[in-house]
Amino acid sequence: MSELQHTPLRDFHFAHGGRLVDFAGWEMPIQYRSILDEHRAVRRAAGLFDVSHMGEVDVRGPEANKFLQHLITNDVNKLFPGRVLYSAMCYENGGVVDDLLVYQRGADDYFLCINAGNIAKDLAWLRGQAHGFSVTITDRSADYALLAVQGPRAAAIVQSLTSAPLGLVKYYHFIEGIVAGVHCLISRTGYTGEDGFELYHAPGAAVELAEALLAAGAPHGLELVGLGARDSLRLEAGYPLYGHELSADISPLTAGLGRMVKLAKPCGFVGAEALRAEDAAGGTKRVVFFKTGDRRIVRADTPVIGSAGATVGRVLSGTLSPMLNEAIGTALVPASAVTEPLVVDIRGEKINLFLVKPPFFPLKNNL
Amino acid sequence: MSQIPADLRYTKSHEWVRLAADGTAIVGITDFAQATLGDITYVQLPKPGATLAARQVFGVVESVKAASDLYMPVAGTVAEINPALASAPETVNKSPYESGWMMKLHLTAPSELTALFDSAAYEKLLT
Repeated sequence: MSELQHTPLRDFHFAHGGRLVDFAGWEMPIQYRSILDEHRAVRRAAGLFDVSHMGEVDVRGPEANKFLQHLITNDVNKLFPGRVLYSAMCYENGGVVDDLLVYQRGADDYFLCINAGNIAKDLAWLRGQAHGFSVTITDRSADYALLAVQGPRAAAIVQSLTSAPLGLVKYYHFIEGIVAGVHCLISRTGYTGEDGFELYHAPGAAVELAEALLAAGAPHGLELVGLGARDSLRLEAGYPLYGHELSADISPLTAGLGRMVKLAKPCGFVGAEALRAEDAAGGTKRVVFFKTGDRRIVRADTPVIGSAGATVGRVLSGTLSPMLNEAIGTALVPASAVTEPLVVDIRGEKINLFLVKPPFFPLKNNL
Repeated sequence: MSQIPADLRYTKSHEWVRLAADGTAIVGITDFAQATLGDITYVQLPKPGATLAARQVFGVVESVKAASDLYMPVAGTVAEINPALASAPETVNKSPYESGWMMKLHLTAPSELTALFDSAAYEKLLT
């Protein structure tokens, strides 16, 4: 058993009552006070999240654009300096290596944000795919801490600590600036469905920045938020989590993320052929979102039962929506099953799954 | 620090029992249990009239993180369940020993209570 990695904010989390757990090999706060209360604080006012475990990668060189077009499913040419793109990168068979954010800083200068649990795998994949491209790939994960401020009050809170013109930074755009004396890449992105910012900065400044955001946010109702509420917020918003709605076995098309799969890219990309075939055939399986009208949580890996009484699929993610006060989740089912009544068995009782189109809750971001 | 009222009896599975003046026993889960579970989202309780043996599963408490069985501290027949918990299960987090009580029992053998932990023994279990 290897030692858990930790962010520069571990002592900060302890001091603020954080309950730390092993998350993908990282010692991270699952909650501070209450997952449900932290969730509601983000929807009502704002939340501060330590997501420094996320990985960062520089992709630079004269063929950086060409390499990324080959690597990811979305169209890199939608980027310009200051713009952020969400995408998947796939295996040849269409399964997903990871989902990621791509930032363009300059003509030959890109920056990737990848999932913490996938850093080693992604770097090996990136380096393997880079053969033949004039591009330099650098793991920068240890050089960045990452704090997210999310919620309707996020912009006012961050703006109170910076002279950077945040009003000019639209959703999925970024600028560089000084926040509370700390140099940051200020990205108007997030994983909650709310407006907000993700602040990439030097690990040595993380405590100072976190304290400043907490102090500036308190009058606005900002609270510290752990990974427990991060998961319920993203599920309520309808966002996928790698290893659940996206994986080596679940393609972005199966996951319903066709909008980030640009099959018509003239250069092609890794996995394009398999995804084109899946698209043409309509796909045999589908990720669906459900709610139940019941408070009992339908947990991941619960079998999904079809109209004939047999297991037809399984639950991928499940939680209690703190805003709807009912169980919500995702499941992987045959495409042919989406029109039939689906149920799960919870302790001997059949619970109906009502399929819905996410988000479960009206979102206020301006995507 | 967990609250451990001196006037209750406890189990190693973190239920508590309070003997009421009318001879019934009130059952709930301890402050330690609610804090460990985190946000409680659902409490499944037996129907009044059900008779259950000591250590038999009487219900389930669900939190955001997990679902856990609840065990009968002593044998008894369910006289009443807390009606507030169906719509407000978080009451167990807020007040595990008072408004977050789970059920009232008619005891099969009141002498069984003496076999349960007192507050000092339960406190020792937690340390």
